[in-house]
Amino acid sequence: MKAELVVIGGSAGSLQVILEMIKKLNDRIAVPVLLVLHRKAHSNNILQALLQQLSHLEVVEIDDKTEIENNKIYITPADYHLLFEDKKNMSLDSSEKMNYSRPSIDVTFRSAAEMYGETLIGVLLSGANADGVNGLSYIKKNNGTVWIQDPETAEVDYMPRHAVEEVEYDLIITPGSLADHINGL
Amino acid sequence: MLEPSIVKDEEVESLIKEVYDRYGYDFSEYSRASFKRRINRICLIDRFTSFAELRYTVMNDPEYLKRFIEEITVNVTEMFRDPYFFKTLREKILPQLGTYPLIRIWVAGCSTGEEAYSIAILLKEANLYHKSLIYGTDLNPSVLEKARAGIFPLQQMKLYSENYMLSGGTKDFSDYYTANYDSVRFDKSLQQKLILSTHNLVSDSSFNSFQLIICRNVLIYFDRGLQERVFRLFDSSLENLGFLALGAKETLRFSKLDKNYHQVDDQRIWKKLDHH
Repeated sequence: MKAELVVIGGSAGSLQVILEMIKKLNDRIAVPVLLVLHRKAHSNNILQALLQQLSHLEVVEIDDKTEIENNKIYITPADYHLLFEDKKNMSLDSSEKMNYSRPSIDVTFRSAAEMYGETLIGVLLSGANADGVNGLSYIKKNNGTVWIQDPETAEVDYMPRHAVEEVEYDLIITPGSLADHINGL
Repeated sequence: MLEPSIVKDEEVESLIKEVYDRYGYDFSEYSRASFKRRINRICLIDRFTSFAELRYTVMNDPEYLKRFIEEITVNVTEMFRDPYFFKTLREKILPQLGTYPLIRIWVAGCSTGEEAYSIAILLKEANLYHKSLIYGTDLNPSVLEKARAGIFPLQQMKLYSENYMLSGGTKDFSDYYTANYDSVRFDKSLQQKLILSTHNLVSDSSFNSFQLIICRNVLIYFDRGLQERVFRLFDSSLENLGFLALGAKETLRFSKLDKNYHQVDDQRIWKKLDHH
């Protein structure tokens, strides 16, 4: 089954992995890549500007009702949950935090799994929080694909270690190999 | 813990229809993804074991309906949320409003009132409060009761005080309230110019004209069609050269009305252009 979307969740220690991936992504990729990263509530667009500097792909910080398009990288804004209305339309939600987090990786993994089913790839990176682990299980339950960062390579291994223990995964990735796997889709 | 999926899509649709037929609240153009999460959440916190049980209670207990509406709509808010937005209001927008003999501001979807109180503080500090009226509206009567009481949790004051300072506030924030055990009561004078009333953006029409309409993190819960209708409602309620302020990630960009407005700096504030 051809992948239609890659959603990458990460918390503490994940930014380095994202930066390395961005630098190595091809100028054209087969799917959109959506990032759900824990960050401070009042973060401005610094992350978008930083990633854009390193990438030929367009990097977009999501506004409410943004339509997702191929060959772009999307960033979930700080202090909002990101949900899918359908495969194309994303909407934001500022309701209660989940797992002490907004955005919550679980919330987006779950919503994307319901819309994309087997065409979704969920990736969980370094982090100190359990957010994302249940969402990965839900992706699997909906026949999607699960990639997890090798806990040995994670700056903070709590999140990927839990994921490896609890979720039936398809692939263990490293900071160096993540871009290759996306380029290969 | 992952929220369970108690409710199916068809069940959400039938509940929306029944609530509308019975009570007149129309959620048919709310964003489905968020709405479904809210339904699942209310099943969880009110311990309904099935959708049928929730449906029965909503349809047969008008008292419970109030709670249902309160939980189904998101009431997460804070004072001076996004401090730089308030800084822009303080430094760029209020000086322009100061030239009017009477300043009318509409806080649409004001929930428990934190933003309306924040605006009152800004107006006081700009010496404009005496000639201002702030209209705070929400579809939900119970949040307006809380807004009317002006009592907020003490534990929030640290964050609000930081937000206030980042917004350019120079006073001691605690001068605006009286602390009492675990809650604080905001100064009564902040309510003097505050008019709180129910108003449903989905079904109610324009009720006045304003120089500033603030509606933040409300439209994210509406689908694009309803957003467009609400933008038209705001447009017809806004004087020429008036301002429309939205949430940090909401935009007028996807609307047909965009061409009649000019965005202020990089903030989510749009100025209505003068057209004759």
